[in-house]
Amino acid sequence: MNGFPRGRTAIVGSATYGIGKNPGLSSMDIAVNASVRALSAAGMQPGDVDALFICLPDNFLSGLTFAEYLGIQPKITENNRTGGSAFLTHLQSACLALDAGLCDVALIAYGSNQLSGAGKLVTPSGADPYEGPYKPRLPVSAYALAASRHMHEYGTTPEQLAEVAVSARQWANLNPDAWMQGDLSVDDVLSARRVSTPLGIRDCCLVTDGGAAIVVTRADRAKDHTKAPAYVLGAAAATFHHNISQMPDLTVTAACESGPQAFAQAGVKPSDIDVVELYDAFTINPVLFMEDLGFCAKGEGGAFFENGHTAPGGAQPVNTNGGGLSCVHPGMYGLFTLVEATQQVTGTAGVRQVEGAKLGLAHGSGGYLSSQATVILGAEETV
Amino acid sequence: MTEQPTGIRPEQEYRAHLADGRFMLLRSRSSGKCMFYPRVAEPVTGNTDLEWVEASGEGRVYASTAVNQRPPTPPYNVALIDLAEGPRMMSRVEGVAAEDVQIGMAVKARIIDEDGSPLLVFDPA
Repeated sequence: MNGFPRGRTAIVGSATYGIGKNPGLSSMDIAVNASVRALSAAGMQPGDVDALFICLPDNFLSGLTFAEYLGIQPKITENNRTGGSAFLTHLQSACLALDAGLCDVALIAYGSNQLSGAGKLVTPSGADPYEGPYKPRLPVSAYALAASRHMHEYGTTPEQLAEVAVSARQWANLNPDAWMQGDLSVDDVLSARRVSTPLGIRDCCLVTDGGAAIVVTRADRAKDHTKAPAYVLGAAAATFHHNISQMPDLTVTAACESGPQAFAQAGVKPSDIDVVELYDAFTINPVLFMEDLGFCAKGEGGAFFENGHTAPGGAQPVNTNGGGLSCVHPGMYGLFTLVEATQQVTGTAGVRQVEGAKLGLAHGSGGYLSSQATVILGAEETV
Repeated sequence: MTEQPTGIRPEQEYRAHLADGRFMLLRSRSSGKCMFYPRVAEPVTGNTDLEWVEASGEGRVYASTAVNQRPPTPPYNVALIDLAEGPRMMSRVEGVAAEDVQIGMAVKARIIDEDGSPLLVFDPA
Protein backbone atom coordinates (compact mmCIF):
# COMPACT_ATOMS: atom_id res chain seq x y z
CA MET A 1 0.00 0.00 0.00
CA ASN A 2 1.34 3.37 -0.91
CA GLY A 3 -0.49 6.64 -1.19
CA PHE A 4 1.76 8.39 -3.65
CA PRO A 5 -0.27 10.44 -6.15
CA ARG A 6 1.12 8.73 -9.25
CA GLY A 7 1.04 10.99 -12.29
CA ARG A 8 -1.06 13.65 -10.54
CA THR A 9 1.78 16.18 -10.42
CA ALA A 10 4.32 17.20 -13.04
CA ILE A 11 7.50 19.18 -13.52
CA VAL A 12 6.59 22.00 -15.92
CA GLY A 13 9.84 23.97 -15.92
CA SER A 14 13.48 23.14 -15.26
CA ALA A 15 16.79 24.92 -15.62
CA THR A 16 20.42 24.90 -14.61
CA TYR A 17 22.54 27.99 -14.22
CA GLY A 18 26.18 28.87 -13.88
CA ILE A 19 27.74 25.42 -14.26
CA GLY A 20 31.44 26.17 -13.74
CA LYS A 21 32.57 29.43 -12.17
CA ASN A 22 30.57 32.50 -11.17
CA PRO A 23 32.82 35.06 -9.49
CA GLY A 24 30.80 37.70 -7.67
CA LEU A 25 27.65 35.61 -7.24
CA SER A 26 26.49 34.17 -3.94
CA SER A 27 24.99 30.69 -3.70
CA MET A 28 21.55 32.29 -3.37
CA ASP A 29 22.17 34.47 -6.45
CA ILE A 30 22.91 31.32 -8.43
CA ALA A 31 19.82 29.50 -7.06
CA VAL A 32 17.62 32.45 -8.01
CA ASN A 33 19.17 32.69 -11.47
CA ALA A 34 18.22 29.04 -12.02
CA SER A 35 14.78 29.62 -10.48
CA VAL A 36 13.69 32.52 -12.68
CA ARG A 37 14.79 30.55 -15.75
CA ALA A 38 12.83 27.46 -14.70
CA LEU A 39 9.80 29.64 -13.95
CA SER A 40 10.15 31.49 -17.24
CA ALA A 41 10.23 28.15 -19.09
CA ALA A 42 6.85 27.44 -17.46
CA GLY A 43 5.50 30.90 -18.31
CA MET A 44 5.62 31.93 -14.66
CA GLN A 45 7.33 34.42 -12.37
CA PRO A 46 8.29 34.23 -8.70
CA GLY A 47 4.98 35.78 -7.60
CA ASP A 48 3.14 32.72 -8.95
CA VAL A 49 4.92 30.41 -6.50
CA ASP A 50 3.31 29.44 -3.19
CA ALA A 51 5.60 26.62 -2.02
CA LEU A 52 9.39 26.87 -1.73
CA PHE A 53 11.88 24.08 -1.28
CA ILE A 54 15.58 24.80 -0.96
CA CYS A 55 18.72 23.72 0.85
CA LEU A 56 21.95 25.68 0.40
CA PRO A 57 25.43 24.58 1.48
CA ASP A 58 26.05 27.51 3.80
CA ASN A 59 22.65 28.78 4.97
CA PHE A 60 20.63 26.79 7.50
CA LEU A 61 17.62 29.09 7.11
CA SER A 62 17.86 29.28 3.33
CA GLY A 63 14.10 28.75 2.92
CA LEU A 64 13.49 32.06 4.64
CA THR A 65 16.19 33.88 2.68
CA PHE A 66 14.84 32.41 -0.55
CA ALA A 67 11.28 33.64 0.15
CA GLU A 68 12.56 37.08 1.02
CA TYR A 69 14.83 37.28 -2.03
CA LEU A 70 11.99 36.28 -4.39
CA GLY A 71 9.60 38.68 -2.67
CA ILE A 72 6.93 36.11 -1.92
CA GLN A 73 5.13 34.84 1.17
CA PRO A 74 4.87 31.09 0.57
CA LYS A 75 2.35 28.76 2.23
CA ILE A 76 5.04 26.10 2.46
CA THR A 77 8.70 26.85 3.16
CA GLU A 78 10.67 23.61 3.18
CA ASN A 79 14.30 23.45 4.14
CA ASN A 80 14.88 19.73 4.67
CA ARG A 81 18.59 18.89 4.65
CA THR A 82 19.53 15.30 3.96
CA GLY A 83 22.55 16.22 1.84
CA GLY A 84 22.51 15.59 -1.88
CA SER A 85 19.27 13.62 -1.71
CA ALA A 86 17.40 16.58 -0.17
CA PHE A 87 15.98 17.87 -3.46
CA LEU A 88 14.42 14.54 -4.34
CA THR A 89 12.81 14.41 -0.90
CA HIS A 90 11.67 17.99 -1.54
CA LEU A 91 9.93 16.77 -4.69
CA GLN A 92 8.30 13.94 -2.75
CA SER A 93 6.90 16.45 -0.22
CA ALA A 94 5.92 18.92 -2.96
CA CYS A 95 3.92 16.26 -4.83
CA LEU A 96 2.00 15.32 -1.68
CA ALA A 97 1.30 18.95 -0.80
CA LEU A 98 0.21 19.83 -4.34
CA ASP A 99 -2.05 16.79 -4.55
CA ALA A 100 -3.61 17.64 -1.19
CA GLY A 101 -4.30 21.16 -2.41
CA LEU A 102 -2.04 22.77 0.19
CA CYS A 103 -0.28 24.71 -2.57
CA ASP A 104 -0.50 25.21 -6.34
CA VAL A 105 3.00 25.93 -7.61
CA ALA A 106 6.12 24.49 -5.99
CA LEU A 107 9.62 25.72 -6.74
CA ILE A 108 12.62 23.55 -5.80
CA ALA A 109 16.01 25.22 -6.10
CA TYR A 110 19.68 24.90 -5.35
CA GLY A 111 22.79 26.97 -5.91
CA SER A 112 26.38 26.95 -4.80
CA ASN A 113 29.38 29.15 -5.49
CA GLN A 114 31.80 26.72 -3.84
CA LEU A 115 34.41 26.88 -6.61
CA SER A 116 34.45 30.66 -6.94
CA GLY A 117 34.12 31.06 -3.18
CA ALA A 118 35.91 28.49 -1.04
CA GLY A 119 37.48 26.53 -3.91
CA LYS A 120 36.49 23.28 -2.22
CA LEU A 121 33.49 21.41 -0.86
CA VAL A 122 31.49 23.56 1.55
CA THR A 123 29.78 21.49 4.22
CA PRO A 124 28.10 22.44 7.47
CA SER A 125 29.05 19.11 9.09
CA GLY A 126 31.78 19.34 11.70
CA ALA A 127 34.24 16.54 12.46
CA ASP A 128 32.67 13.61 14.28
CA PRO A 129 34.28 13.05 17.69
CA TYR A 130 34.68 9.31 17.06
CA GLU A 131 35.89 9.52 13.44
CA GLY A 132 37.67 12.86 13.32
CA PRO A 133 40.82 11.82 15.22
CA TYR A 134 41.61 9.23 12.50
CA LYS A 135 41.60 11.96 9.84
CA PRO A 136 39.51 10.29 7.15
CA ARG A 137 39.69 12.61 4.12
CA LEU A 138 35.97 13.18 3.95
CA PRO A 139 33.99 12.69 1.94
CA VAL A 140 36.39 10.66 -0.27
CA SER A 141 37.61 8.20 2.39
CA ALA A 142 34.07 7.17 3.31
CA TYR A 143 33.40 6.09 -0.28
CA ALA A 144 36.87 4.55 -0.52
CA LEU A 145 36.00 2.34 2.45
CA ALA A 146 32.78 1.27 0.73
CA ALA A 147 34.70 0.58 -2.48
CA SER A 148 37.28 -1.50 -0.58
CA ARG A 149 34.52 -3.64 0.87
CA HIS A 150 32.71 -4.06 -2.47
CA MET A 151 35.99 -5.15 -4.07
CA HIS A 152 36.61 -7.59 -1.22
CA GLU A 153 33.17 -9.18 -1.32
CA TYR A 154 32.45 -9.15 -5.06
CA GLY A 155 35.79 -8.85 -6.83
CA THR A 156 34.91 -5.44 -8.25
CA THR A 157 38.02 -3.99 -9.91
CA PRO A 158 39.56 -0.50 -10.18
CA GLU A 159 39.12 -0.87 -13.94
CA GLN A 160 35.36 -1.32 -13.49
CA LEU A 161 35.20 1.77 -11.30
CA ALA A 162 37.17 3.65 -13.95
CA GLU A 163 34.57 2.65 -16.54
CA VAL A 164 32.01 4.65 -14.55
CA ALA A 165 34.11 7.79 -14.98
CA VAL A 166 34.79 7.05 -18.65
CA SER A 167 31.07 6.60 -19.38
CA ALA A 168 30.28 9.89 -17.63
CA ARG A 169 32.95 11.71 -19.64
CA GLN A 170 31.60 10.37 -22.92
CA TRP A 171 28.20 11.82 -22.04
CA ALA A 172 29.80 15.10 -20.92
CA ASN A 173 31.44 15.37 -24.33
CA LEU A 174 27.89 15.62 -25.77
CA ASN A 175 26.83 18.30 -23.27
CA PRO A 176 27.96 21.85 -24.09
CA ASP A 177 27.35 22.87 -20.44
CA ALA A 178 29.61 20.17 -18.95
CA TRP A 179 32.60 21.54 -17.03
CA MET A 180 35.02 18.70 -17.91
CA GLN A 181 35.33 17.56 -21.48
CA GLY A 182 37.88 15.73 -23.61
CA ASP A 183 39.08 12.18 -23.94
CA LEU A 184 39.30 10.07 -20.80
CA SER A 185 40.42 6.43 -20.84
CA VAL A 186 40.37 3.72 -18.19
CA ASP A 187 44.17 4.05 -18.04
CA ASP A 188 43.86 7.81 -17.48
CA VAL A 189 41.58 7.17 -14.50
CA LEU A 190 43.85 4.45 -13.08
CA SER A 191 47.04 6.49 -13.46
CA ALA A 192 45.56 9.63 -11.91
CA ARG A 193 46.78 10.66 -8.45
CA ARG A 194 45.40 8.43 -5.65
CA VAL A 195 43.39 10.30 -3.04
CA SER A 196 42.16 7.56 -0.72
CA THR A 197 42.70 4.06 -2.07
CA PRO A 198 41.19 2.55 -4.12
CA LEU A 199 39.89 5.94 -5.32
CA GLY A 200 41.96 8.39 -7.35
CA ILE A 201 41.19 11.94 -8.34
CA ARG A 202 39.29 10.90 -11.49
CA ASP A 203 37.08 8.65 -9.35
CA CYS A 204 35.95 11.81 -7.55
CA CYS A 205 33.29 14.31 -8.53
CA LEU A 206 34.18 17.81 -9.66
CA VAL A 207 34.27 20.93 -7.53
CA THR A 208 32.23 23.53 -9.44
CA ASP A 209 29.66 26.25 -8.93
CA GLY A 210 26.19 25.72 -10.25
CA GLY A 211 22.48 26.03 -9.65
CA ALA A 212 19.35 24.18 -10.67
CA ALA A 213 15.61 24.63 -10.27
CA ILE A 214 12.38 22.86 -11.12
CA VAL A 215 8.76 24.02 -11.04
CA VAL A 216 6.04 21.54 -10.09
CA THR A 217 2.26 21.81 -10.46
CA ARG A 218 -0.75 19.51 -10.46
CA ALA A 219 -1.12 17.52 -13.66
CA ASP A 220 -4.50 19.07 -14.52
CA ARG A 221 -2.86 22.44 -15.16
CA ALA A 222 0.55 21.22 -16.34
CA LYS A 223 -0.31 21.60 -20.02
CA ASP A 224 -1.08 25.28 -19.43
CA HIS A 225 2.62 25.76 -18.70
CA THR A 226 4.48 23.47 -21.06
CA LYS A 227 3.62 21.24 -23.99
CA ALA A 228 5.72 18.44 -22.50
CA PRO A 229 5.39 18.02 -18.72
CA ALA A 230 7.46 15.40 -16.88
CA TYR A 231 4.95 13.57 -14.72
CA VAL A 232 6.04 12.37 -11.29
CA LEU A 233 5.18 8.67 -11.14
CA GLY A 234 6.95 7.77 -7.92
CA ALA A 235 9.13 9.31 -5.21
CA ALA A 236 10.49 7.50 -2.17
CA ALA A 237 13.32 7.91 0.32
CA ALA A 238 15.14 5.95 3.03
CA THR A 239 17.94 6.65 5.49
CA PHE A 240 20.20 4.03 7.06
CA HIS A 241 22.87 6.05 8.94
CA HIS A 242 24.97 9.19 8.79
CA ASN A 243 28.66 8.44 9.36
CA ILE A 244 30.26 5.72 7.28
CA SER A 245 31.36 3.79 10.40
CA GLN A 246 27.66 3.33 11.28
CA MET A 247 26.57 2.05 7.84
CA PRO A 248 25.16 -1.44 8.49
CA ASP A 249 26.66 -3.03 5.33
CA LEU A 250 29.05 -0.98 3.21
CA THR A 251 27.92 -2.77 0.05
CA VAL A 252 24.18 -2.09 0.51
CA THR A 253 22.67 1.41 0.49
CA ALA A 254 19.19 2.55 1.45
CA ALA A 255 18.49 2.72 -2.29
CA CYS A 256 17.48 -0.93 -1.85
CA GLU A 257 14.40 0.50 -0.05
CA SER A 258 13.80 3.81 -1.84
CA GLY A 259 14.18 2.20 -5.28
CA PRO A 260 11.66 -0.64 -4.94
CA GLN A 261 9.18 1.75 -3.28
CA ALA A 262 9.45 4.25 -6.12
CA PHE A 263 9.10 1.47 -8.71
CA ALA A 264 6.01 0.12 -6.92
CA GLN A 265 4.45 3.60 -6.85
CA ALA A 266 5.19 4.11 -10.54
CA GLY A 267 4.06 0.60 -11.54
CA VAL A 268 7.19 0.08 -13.62
CA LYS A 269 10.33 -2.01 -13.30
CA PRO A 270 14.03 -1.28 -13.88
CA SER A 271 14.02 -2.77 -17.37
CA ASP A 272 11.34 -0.22 -18.37
CA ILE A 273 13.58 2.76 -17.55
CA ASP A 274 15.10 4.57 -20.54
CA VAL A 275 17.49 6.93 -18.74
CA VAL A 276 19.05 6.70 -15.28
CA GLU A 277 20.42 9.81 -13.55
CA LEU A 278 22.38 8.90 -10.43
CA TYR A 279 24.23 10.97 -7.88
CA ASP A 280 27.78 9.91 -8.81
CA ALA A 281 29.84 11.67 -6.17
CA PHE A 282 32.41 8.88 -6.56
CA THR A 283 32.71 6.04 -9.05
CA ILE A 284 31.60 3.45 -6.48
CA ASN A 285 28.19 5.18 -6.11
CA PRO A 286 26.65 4.24 -9.47
CA VAL A 287 27.91 0.68 -8.97
CA LEU A 288 26.10 0.40 -5.64
CA PHE A 289 22.98 2.22 -6.85
CA MET A 290 22.46 0.16 -10.02
CA GLU A 291 22.56 -2.94 -7.82
CA ASP A 292 20.36 -1.56 -5.04
CA LEU A 293 17.82 -0.09 -7.48
CA GLY A 294 17.48 -3.50 -9.13
CA PHE A 295 19.11 -2.89 -12.52
CA CYS A 296 21.48 -5.78 -11.81
CA ALA A 297 22.15 -8.29 -9.04
CA LYS A 298 24.21 -7.41 -5.97
CA GLY A 299 27.86 -7.71 -6.88
CA GLU A 300 27.32 -7.22 -10.62
CA GLY A 301 27.39 -3.42 -10.55
CA GLY A 302 31.02 -3.21 -11.65
CA ALA A 303 30.44 -5.39 -14.72
CA PHE A 304 27.33 -3.34 -15.56
CA PHE A 305 29.52 -0.39 -16.55
CA GLU A 306 31.82 -2.39 -18.82
CA ASN A 307 31.77 -2.37 -22.63
CA GLY A 308 30.04 0.98 -22.94
CA HIS A 309 26.75 -0.43 -21.62
CA THR A 310 25.91 2.88 -19.88
CA ALA A 311 27.73 5.23 -22.29
CA PRO A 312 26.26 7.03 -25.35
CA GLY A 313 24.89 4.35 -27.67
CA GLY A 314 24.80 1.79 -24.85
CA ALA A 315 21.76 -0.26 -23.89
CA GLN A 316 21.22 1.49 -20.52
CA PRO A 317 22.17 5.18 -20.62
CA VAL A 318 23.35 6.42 -17.21
CA ASN A 319 24.13 10.03 -16.25
CA THR A 320 23.44 11.48 -19.67
CA ASN A 321 24.58 15.00 -18.71
CA GLY A 322 28.03 13.78 -17.66
CA GLY A 323 27.09 13.52 -13.99
CA GLY A 324 28.88 14.91 -10.99
CA LEU A 325 32.05 13.29 -12.31
CA SER A 326 32.28 15.34 -15.51
CA CYS A 327 29.39 17.84 -15.79
CA VAL A 328 28.78 19.68 -12.53
CA HIS A 329 29.21 19.13 -8.80
CA PRO A 330 28.44 22.20 -6.73
CA GLY A 331 28.50 20.45 -3.34
CA MET A 332 25.05 18.87 -3.54
CA TYR A 333 24.29 17.47 -6.98
CA GLY A 334 20.85 15.92 -6.36
CA LEU A 335 18.67 18.46 -8.14
CA PHE A 336 20.70 18.08 -11.33
CA THR A 337 19.57 14.44 -11.57
CA LEU A 338 15.96 15.69 -11.67
CA VAL A 339 16.67 18.40 -14.25
CA GLU A 340 18.43 15.94 -16.56
CA ALA A 341 15.74 13.26 -16.18
CA THR A 342 13.10 15.91 -16.92
CA GLN A 343 14.89 17.08 -20.04
CA GLN A 344 15.38 13.52 -21.28
CA VAL A 345 11.76 12.36 -20.82
CA THR A 346 10.47 15.58 -22.37
CA GLY A 347 12.77 15.21 -25.39
CA THR A 348 14.62 18.49 -24.82
CA ALA A 349 18.15 17.24 -24.07
CA GLY A 350 19.68 18.32 -27.40
CA VAL A 351 22.63 16.39 -28.85
CA ARG A 352 22.70 14.00 -25.91
CA GLN A 353 18.98 13.18 -26.14
CA VAL A 354 18.35 9.47 -25.73
CA GLU A 355 16.03 8.69 -28.58
CA GLY A 356 12.50 7.89 -27.51
CA ALA A 357 13.19 8.28 -23.78
CA LYS A 358 9.86 8.19 -21.95
CA LEU A 359 10.75 6.93 -18.46
CA GLY A 360 13.57 8.40 -16.39
CA LEU A 361 14.88 7.55 -12.95
CA ALA A 362 16.62 10.16 -10.82
CA HIS A 363 18.44 9.09 -7.68
CA GLY A 364 20.01 11.27 -5.00
CA SER A 365 22.35 10.34 -2.19
CA GLY A 366 23.11 12.40 0.89
CA GLY A 367 25.78 12.22 3.57
CA TYR A 368 28.04 9.20 3.15
CA LEU A 369 25.75 6.86 1.18
CA SER A 370 23.40 7.67 4.09
CA SER A 371 20.15 9.15 2.79
CA GLN A 372 18.79 7.81 -0.50
CA ALA A 373 15.90 9.16 -2.55
CA THR A 374 14.53 7.85 -5.84
CA VAL A 375 12.16 9.60 -8.25
CA ILE A 376 10.60 8.17 -11.40
CA LEU A 377 9.48 10.62 -14.08
CA GLY A 378 7.50 9.86 -17.20
CA ALA A 379 6.29 11.48 -20.40
CA GLU A 380 2.54 11.91 -20.89
CA GLU A 381 1.99 8.47 -22.43
CA THR A 382 3.38 6.75 -19.31
CA VAL A 383 0.78 8.23 -16.94
CA MET B 1 18.63 18.78 40.49
CA THR B 2 16.73 16.32 38.30
CA GLU B 3 17.32 12.63 38.78
CA GLN B 4 19.25 10.96 35.96
CA PRO B 5 18.32 7.33 35.25
CA THR B 6 21.84 6.37 34.22
CA GLY B 7 23.91 9.45 34.67
CA ILE B 8 25.81 8.49 31.52
CA ARG B 9 27.77 11.27 29.83
CA PRO B 10 28.80 9.21 26.81
CA GLU B 11 31.69 11.03 25.17
CA GLN B 12 33.10 12.47 28.39
CA GLU B 13 33.13 9.09 30.19
CA TYR B 14 34.45 7.20 27.15
CA ARG B 15 37.41 9.57 26.97
CA ALA B 16 38.01 9.44 30.71
CA HIS B 17 38.19 5.63 30.55
CA LEU B 18 40.63 5.83 27.63
CA ALA B 19 42.76 8.30 29.57
CA ASP B 20 42.83 5.71 32.40
CA GLY B 21 44.11 3.12 29.92
CA ARG B 22 40.82 1.27 29.46
CA PHE B 23 38.82 0.75 26.26
CA MET B 24 35.24 0.59 27.48
CA LEU B 25 31.96 -0.03 25.66
CA LEU B 26 28.44 0.76 26.78
CA ARG B 27 26.18 -2.26 27.12
CA SER B 28 22.46 -2.49 27.79
CA ARG B 29 21.76 -4.78 30.76
CA SER B 30 18.47 -5.99 29.29
CA SER B 31 19.54 -6.57 25.69
CA GLY B 32 23.08 -7.63 26.56
CA LYS B 33 24.32 -5.81 23.47
CA CYS B 34 27.28 -3.45 23.29
CA MET B 35 27.16 -0.28 21.24
CA PHE B 36 29.67 2.00 19.59
CA TYR B 37 29.71 4.96 19.63
CA PRO B 38 28.51 5.46 23.21
CA ARG B 39 25.03 6.99 23.48
CA VAL B 40 22.60 7.87 26.28
CA ALA B 41 20.15 5.25 24.98
CA GLU B 42 20.49 2.03 23.03
CA PRO B 43 19.56 2.39 19.35
CA VAL B 44 16.19 0.88 18.34
CA THR B 45 15.16 -0.19 21.86
CA GLY B 46 15.81 3.09 23.63
CA ASN B 47 17.08 1.13 26.63
CA THR B 48 18.77 3.36 29.21
CA ASP B 49 19.92 0.53 31.51
CA LEU B 50 23.46 1.04 30.37
CA GLU B 51 26.74 -0.01 31.93
CA TRP B 52 30.35 0.35 30.88
CA VAL B 53 32.13 -2.94 30.20
CA GLU B 54 35.74 -3.42 29.24
CA ALA B 55 36.25 -4.39 25.61
CA SER B 56 38.46 -7.34 24.74
CA GLY B 57 40.30 -5.14 22.23
CA GLU B 58 39.99 -7.89 19.64
CA GLY B 59 38.64 -7.11 16.22
CA ARG B 60 38.82 -7.65 12.48
CA VAL B 61 39.30 -5.20 9.64
CA TYR B 62 35.96 -4.66 7.86
CA ALA B 63 37.10 -2.03 5.33
CA SER B 64 40.32 -0.14 4.75
CA THR B 65 41.74 2.80 2.83
CA ALA B 66 45.18 4.38 2.51
CA VAL B 67 44.89 8.16 2.55
CA ASN B 68 47.52 9.74 0.34
CA GLN B 69 49.70 12.59 1.51
CA ARG B 70 52.14 14.77 -0.37
CA PRO B 71 55.28 12.63 -0.95
CA PRO B 72 57.61 11.77 0.62
CA THR B 73 55.15 11.62 3.55
CA PRO B 74 53.71 8.10 3.34
CA PRO B 75 49.95 7.40 3.16
CA TYR B 76 48.19 6.68 6.43
CA ASN B 77 45.56 4.07 7.12
CA VAL B 78 41.89 4.58 7.97
CA ALA B 79 39.95 1.40 8.68
CA LEU B 80 36.62 0.22 9.97
CA ILE B 81 37.11 -2.41 12.66
CA ASP B 82 34.47 -4.96 13.66
CA LEU B 83 34.96 -5.45 17.40
CA ALA B 84 34.64 -8.92 18.92
CA GLU B 85 31.76 -7.54 21.04
CA GLY B 86 29.77 -6.69 17.89
CA PRO B 87 29.97 -2.96 17.20
CA ARG B 88 31.99 -1.38 14.42
CA MET B 89 34.25 1.65 14.80
CA MET B 90 36.58 3.78 12.74
CA SER B 91 40.26 3.54 13.65
CA ARG B 92 43.58 2.84 11.96
CA VAL B 93 45.86 -0.15 11.81
CA GLU B 94 49.49 0.56 12.64
CA GLY B 95 52.62 -1.56 12.30
CA VAL B 96 52.09 -2.32 8.60
CA ALA B 97 52.13 -0.03 5.57
CA ALA B 98 48.78 1.72 5.14
CA GLU B 99 48.08 0.01 1.82
CA ASP B 100 48.98 -3.43 3.21
CA VAL B 101 46.13 -3.51 5.72
CA GLN B 102 43.93 -6.38 4.58
CA ILE B 103 40.19 -6.77 5.03
CA GLY B 104 39.56 -9.69 7.39
CA MET B 105 42.88 -9.17 9.20
CA ALA B 106 42.70 -9.90 12.97
CA VAL B 107 43.72 -6.86 14.98
CA LYS B 108 44.22 -5.90 18.63
CA ALA B 109 43.51 -2.52 20.21
CA ARG B 110 46.14 -0.29 21.80
CA ILE B 111 45.71 3.11 23.42
CA ILE B 112 48.19 5.74 22.33
CA ASP B 113 48.64 9.41 23.05
CA GLU B 114 48.13 11.61 20.01
CA ASP B 115 48.24 15.39 20.14
CA GLY B 116 47.85 15.20 23.92
CA SER B 117 44.72 12.99 23.86
CA PRO B 118 44.29 9.25 24.28
CA LEU B 119 43.38 7.50 21.03
CA LEU B 120 42.51 3.89 20.24
CA VAL B 121 44.46 2.32 17.38
CA PHE B 122 44.90 -1.29 16.30
CA ASP B 123 47.88 -3.54 15.53
CA PRO B 124 47.85 -6.79 13.57
CA ALA B 125 47.04 -9.50 16.15
